[in-house]
Amino acid sequence: MLNSIISIINTTLMYSAPLVFGAMGGVLSECSGVINVGIEGMMTFGAFVGAGVGFYSQNPWFGLLAGGLAGALLAILHAIACVTFKADQTISGMALNFIGPGLALFLCRLFFNDMTMTDRVPNKLPKVFGSVDITVLIALLVTILLWFFLYKTKFGLRIRSVGENPAAADTLGINVSKVRYASVIMSGLLAGLGGSSMTLAVISQFTPTAISGQGFIALAAVIFGKWTPHGAYGACLLFAFAQALAVILGGGKIDVPSEILNMLPYVLTIIVLVLFVGKSMAPKANGKPYRKGTR
Amino acid sequence: MKISSEYAVQMRNITKNFGECRALDNVSVDIKKGTIHAMLGENGAGKSTLMNILYGLYQADSGEIYINGNKIDMRNPNIAIENKIGMVHQHFMLVENFTVAQNIILGREVTGACGILDVKKAKEQIDVIVKKYGLKIDPDAKIEDISVGMQQRVEILKALYRGADILILDEPTAVLTPQEVKNLIDIMHRLIADGKTIIIITHKLKEIKASSDVCTIIRRGQYIDTVAVDEVTHSELADKMVGRSVKLIVDKKPANPGEVIFEIDNITVPSKAHSDINSIKGLSLKIRRGEILGIAGVDGNGQKELIEAITCLTKVKSGTIKIGGQEVQNTKPKNVIKNKISTIHEDRQKRGLVLDFSVAENAVLEKYNDEPYSKNGFLNYRLINDFTTQIINEYDVRPEKCNKIPVRNLSGGNQQKIIIGREIANNPDLLIAVQPTRGLDVGAIEYVHKTLVEQRDKGKAILLISLELDEIMSLADKIAVIYDGKIVGEFNGGEVSENTIGLLMAGGSSKNADNSKNS
Amino acid sequence: MQTTVKILKRPFTSTLFAILCGLLVAGIILIVSGYDPIAALGALFRGIFSRPKYIFKVIEKSTPIILTGISVAFAFKTGLFNMGAEGQYIIGSVASMIVGVKLNLPPVIQIPMVILAGMLAGAIYGGLVGILKARFGIHEVITGIMFNWIAFYLCNFVVDSQIFHKPNTMRSLSINESGFTTLFYKWKNSKEGIEYLKHNKWLSDILLKTDVNIGIIVAIVVAIIVWFLLYKTTIGYGIRAVGLNSKAAEFAGIGVKRNIMAAMTISGAICGLAAALTITGTSPHAIFKLGMFENVGFNGLFVALIAHTSPIACILSGLFFGGLSYGGNALQMDLGVPSEIISITMGSILFFVSLTDVVPMLADRLAKRGNKNAK
Repeated sequence: MLNSIISIINTTLMYSAPLVFGAMGGVLSECSGVINVGIEGMMTFGAFVGAGVGFYSQNPWFGLLAGGLAGALLAILHAIACVTFKADQTISGMALNFIGPGLALFLCRLFFNDMTMTDRVPNKLPKVFGSVDITVLIALLVTILLWFFLYKTKFGLRIRSVGENPAAADTLGINVSKVRYASVIMSGLLAGLGGSSMTLAVISQFTPTAISGQGFIALAAVIFGKWTPHGAYGACLLFAFAQALAVILGGGKIDVPSEILNMLPYVLTIIVLVLFVGKSMAPKANGKPYRKGTR
Repeated sequence: MKISSEYAVQMRNITKNFGECRALDNVSVDIKKGTIHAMLGENGAGKSTLMNILYGLYQADSGEIYINGNKIDMRNPNIAIENKIGMVHQHFMLVENFTVAQNIILGREVTGACGILDVKKAKEQIDVIVKKYGLKIDPDAKIEDISVGMQQRVEILKALYRGADILILDEPTAVLTPQEVKNLIDIMHRLIADGKTIIIITHKLKEIKASSDVCTIIRRGQYIDTVAVDEVTHSELADKMVGRSVKLIVDKKPANPGEVIFEIDNITVPSKAHSDINSIKGLSLKIRRGEILGIAGVDGNGQKELIEAITCLTKVKSGTIKIGGQEVQNTKPKNVIKNKISTIHEDRQKRGLVLDFSVAENAVLEKYNDEPYSKNGFLNYRLINDFTTQIINEYDVRPEKCNKIPVRNLSGGNQQKIIIGREIANNPDLLIAVQPTRGLDVGAIEYVHKTLVEQRDKGKAILLISLELDEIMSLADKIAVIYDGKIVGEFNGGEVSENTIGLLMAGGSSKNADNSKNS
Repeated sequence: MQTTVKILKRPFTSTLFAILCGLLVAGIILIVSGYDPIAALGALFRGIFSRPKYIFKVIEKSTPIILTGISVAFAFKTGLFNMGAEGQYIIGSVASMIVGVKLNLPPVIQIPMVILAGMLAGAIYGGLVGILKARFGIHEVITGIMFNWIAFYLCNFVVDSQIFHKPNTMRSLSINESGFTTLFYKWKNSKEGIEYLKHNKWLSDILLKTDVNIGIIVAIVVAIIVWFLLYKTTIGYGIRAVGLNSKAAEFAGIGVKRNIMAAMTISGAICGLAAALTITGTSPHAIFKLGMFENVGFNGLFVALIAHTSPIACILSGLFFGGLSYGGNALQMDLGVPSEIISITMGSILFFVSLTDVVPMLADRLAKRGNKNAK
């Protein structure tokens, strides 16, 4: 009994880490008023670059960092479109969901013998407390730091003001574009870290299905968590828990088809949403490009 | 006039275009230190644009700005703030879910190491200013929870916190009660006494007389004149503002009221934010055919909830709403329209129109589903267009033949004409007009007022809800004052002074008029 | 000058501009990674147009994404982002397969039954998203994502079940032949048919190597119906009014919740139709065990966005998408260029589509300069 509880907790934490990174990226970007539906694409690209660099450099930490930078690179595109060109943020984000995986697989074929998966990395990221991925700890740390950053520092105050009322921020001399650029790029960095934490800690290589929907789940967690770091973290844990439950039960004695178990996390999420989540409280200017000097 | 440090602000030959439209044409003003200088002009005359340029929000296409005699390139608000200019915008620039203190320090935060906010120290600094000018405020309250008058104080504090010496107030009195206006003018004088310079943008002549030393008039982007306020009369100012003589009084015959057609009996409506509190607390009203009932009140005293209750956008907890004897409360918006209640909503762009629909599509927004405009689910565009053309002709909507143009491309006045035409075409028994002249120019305002009176004379009951006390005073045959979700006084038009109503609006009673003046 | 500016301001022009830019980006990436972009473009064209078979294959592949594109575009008109198109498509194909296997009636009844089953399942699945949105205020993107995964596992569950699993394969049983909508299916498998086609290479290339079916015609008809529904009927009026300004619609007595549910139901039904047409029209007329999403629904998002949510334009953008993805295989086979370059191209195109305002903005600037010169 105790064993299975421990293993559920372990699995939950393992699944949660990439989600948490992605969700924190989403929170940061959306708090500044830019919707980021491209997290999936950024995570995928980050997952590949992480594994690729991890393989060639033999150092998983380099890989993790490179994965983050890869996500940030894609995020720069998103920022250019959404901030500079006032583009439709949903379309731009969806575009990244094509570009990210496309680039990942394209480059993968170039660097790994025309294969769509990388070789296994020689060194995975270390584990702590025996069996917990270090990325789990980093994810928790990132969540706490992001919370502190958003609510206790002047930078956070500015980011949130830009997401709520960019015109007000502008009149106080805050450069709305700069703040949004920074937030979106940081958001990409976090999403990229989420991707590479998947390929460097959970599995040890990049495959076309390494990231399959985690970015979207992270997006859901952002909304679920009412655009707060702690809320989103909780949502990610809940989701990972349901997934872990499916895995553990699937391996056990209960006679339920694995497909039905696999549905569990998603059904559970919807039930929780129906029962507990009231009105959504998105930042007021979320998704709205800021134009000044127009009437 | 020479460039000199005697003047806090000198703007020279400012020209600004918005696309094809010239908003400002070679405008120059000089504002002396330590004075209250009014910028007078109609809506859209360009006075706000001029001040936004001074504050660095817009950049002039040509022209120069001198602050205290030094030429300044006002590229952005930061430079304005550095030059000790502060601005209070007409639509408050506040972050609604931030606290008062957070709003004040935003952009000029008090921080410890690593940008960590030092809230305690910030509050102390705010407190110093609060004490100095008597701007009492709760720094921990959230903006969304405080009154409009308080929000304005936050805006003024924001400017003072940044060390502003020159304060621009854009239409500061639009949302205030007469008493709050008086209070504001007191604050302004206190600031002047402390050596500040104030620029106040307004189209209200009375307030200029009450507050200002000098007044610059701008009309359609052109500089008209600068006068000493003491030396001109009300009507001289008005003439300069609109460029023709305007009647400030609505021309109307005495009302000829018929039977009671619309009746609200003791309704309560729960608040949206806190369902255990009521926004409307036992409100009753009666309106007869052929009369205009005006509801005066400060924003946020239940006007919004009253409209939503009548139009069934929200539910009433108790009480009844009857039109022609038929109860309509807690049904559907559609049912209300069917029972001959039509509404001209205050927010035409949000509630009144679908901006990306064509004029014709908007004209049938309420009846596209009825014959003859559609049959068996198919729209009949020929009849829809005929109907629209009728409205366009009857209400003189410009540009002509605009049936197929998206309504977004029409001016505010023409958009309003379409709504009014549409609602009157429903041939309602009760016509509700909420702030029907908000954001319109004088010509359009006259037109709207005339139409409302015409409809009254045709035997319609009209419910006018307005935050502009002048509008209520000049239009309404009966005046009801709403305060805190209740009607606190009802009068016949012309039999009550503005002062009495103002007191009721502020929560006083009409009896203790003298005691509460300074509260 | 005036006309140039006008042309530049058309959405079609900016889309064309976006496509050109997208291709340019792909070209640059190819050059950087050491391939010849001109040769690649040639291979792509050959892979789409050089044989009748290819052209018909492209049409066959495009049909479902044209329909999912229309579905997504339709939901967009109510202001909803139908992220759940993928799941609605999967559910539709599961339902069609079940009915097609279990029923065996004459084609005149069988085909409509199978198609209706798919549409109904899609409609319910989409409608569920609509209800959750209208009644509980849950964001349609979240529910869409969750429902996609539920459909995914449900599909695998059905494929693996004893009743429907085809032994030793990764797929379900095929539906009964009476439900096939493949054109000339009987004839081309009959003696005369085989004999005739032997002598007609061109026709046999089309009929024997592809599953020519009625789908594309249905898709075109659906596009026209949806356009008509949106712009000529009261249902469409309500849906558009809610999409453009739900507050004004509510105030004018148009039921917002009702329209949200209606739009999602119809949107789901169109996805279901796409699935049903695939099951009835293309071999092996069955559903597969999914390892990952087939992206028919997700690609619909792309199609709808490129088409600026116009149902008619979805036909073109769907064919464009189908052509690119089918032609992409030729790239890999002929030149060894990773076919993922196609995803990158499409993503870049979409990226430039998101900048739609840029072209009209440039046009405005051009107009201004023109005016200055005139003065």
